[in-house]
Amino acid sequence: MTEVFGVPLPALLGQLLVGLVNGAFYAMLSLGLAVIFGLLNIINFSHGAQYMLGAVFTWMLLDRQQVSYWWALILAPMGVAAIAAVVERTMLSRLYLLDHLYGLLLTFGLALMIQGLFTNFFGSSGLPYVLPSEFSGSFDLGFMRLPRYRAWVVMASLLVCTATVLAIERTKLGSYLRAATENPLVVRAFGINVPRMITLTYAFGAGLAALAGVMAAPIYQVSPLMGTDLIIVVFAVVVVGGMGSIVGAIVTGYGLGVVEALTKVYYPEASNTVIFVIMAVVLLIKPAGLFGKER
Amino acid sequence: MSRTDIAPLLQVSSLNAWYGESHVLHGAMFDVQAGEVVTLIGRNGAGKTTTLKSILGAVPRRQGSVRFEGGETVHMHSDRIARLGIAWCPEERAIFSSLNVEENLMLPPVVRPGGLSVEAIYGLFPNLRERRRSQGTKLSGGEQQMLAIGRILRTGARLLLLDEPTEGLAPVIVEQIGSTIAELKQKGFTILLVEQNLRFAASVADRHYVMERGRVVDMIPNDQLEANAARVKTYLGV
Repeated sequence: MTEVFGVPLPALLGQLLVGLVNGAFYAMLSLGLAVIFGLLNIINFSHGAQYMLGAVFTWMLLDRQQVSYWWALILAPMGVAAIAAVVERTMLSRLYLLDHLYGLLLTFGLALMIQGLFTNFFGSSGLPYVLPSEFSGSFDLGFMRLPRYRAWVVMASLLVCTATVLAIERTKLGSYLRAATENPLVVRAFGINVPRMITLTYAFGAGLAALAGVMAAPIYQVSPLMGTDLIIVVFAVVVVGGMGSIVGAIVTGYGLGVVEALTKVYYPEASNTVIFVIMAVVLLIKPAGLFGKER
Repeated sequence: MSRTDIAPLLQVSSLNAWYGESHVLHGAMFDVQAGEVVTLIGRNGAGKTTTLKSILGAVPRRQGSVRFEGGETVHMHSDRIARLGIAWCPEERAIFSSLNVEENLMLPPVVRPGGLSVEAIYGLFPNLRERRRSQGTKLSGGEQQMLAIGRILRTGARLLLLDEPTEGLAPVIVEQIGSTIAELKQKGFTILLVEQNLRFAASVADRHYVMERGRVVDMIPNDQLEANAARVKTYLGV
């Protein structure tokens, strides 16, 4: 059996796959954060709660309405996006002219409220979500086994991230977004409804988080607190990648997921902290982030 | 046709504007007839740029009356005002670095029929066609100015607000912009121009409004400019 630095190849590849899957979630979540921060200049502390709502809605859809995972992939993000749009219109939009801090506090407070509410209804231990039967089993690749669902997560997340980047970089709507990120006053003076674009962008970011939540339901524990630990790691990812760069967020997300996995294989004591160590190092050497531009 | 028979395309009266606590415009008043080229001249800090921005609603607080095509716009948001048919070329040009030249050109949406086609704009400014795919901010100052003017010509807006379109440009380019403005006037556009370069202003405009400390203090028809040279010199502090 081949060994890589003392670890059997199948074990290493298995762990790398886990890293890639984790990285997929880091990438999707940090992409949503980066898009929101770019246009709204708001650090969306509700992102973890929006991710959790995606997963909990998925569970509720199956448990209460027997609605399948496939429908949940569409319905849950739409529901969370709608709620986020209302939050932006009624509350967040009043804070844009104020210090950064207020948006942070508001979204943080909302996250605590949402999490508290759902803990009240569902308790803090996990809710079981059954893996859809289409995904049971795995592909036998010879050198390793590839569980179907994990393959799906990696592919779907790559698709979503690529589609988002293409939409932003190549479409007309994307050009409106990029321009408004640079100079919203002038863009509005051209006749473009910038406030509406901001609402839709925030809703999109939240929907992306919720989509990650739907995909998390079958493999991670669905619980009202599932967003809290994850969001701290995602913030570190965004800092390392650079707050202004959407491609940076994606690449860093997958990259750090893989790095975390490798650390778990070769130096497991550090696996919980390696991302934060990298964040500290990046902040010391290149504070704008690996792909970031000075703001 | 007597000027007083036709309602002006743009009628500004009692216009006040503030940046926070700072009261910058103190009851500015002037009008622009359709098809005219009118300039706002005056020293730095007189309030010329603020006036353009106030017409568009791009200042934090304004009060008074800005009537465009007879309708009151002073309470409207800037996107609504733009869609009525007013376009703006800001002093800083505001070319977007995250967009290429063509994306910059296509950014302002068409608000009225009758704007120039993309082909026509490239015809006016052939340099832009060559650099279509370049990042917007990689262009030279003169090319950026052409892009800033070109992109608002596509919108079909009838009133163009140009803020110092010749600032920092080589004389050859300044001439080109002058002839562009003359062409636009021929095509029926109405232009309100802020200019420090009095010679350029005199080469394109019909009338000049002098601004001083947030007020319009004088109006000089272009054909009387030379006769009033001494008075103008005092206003501009040269």
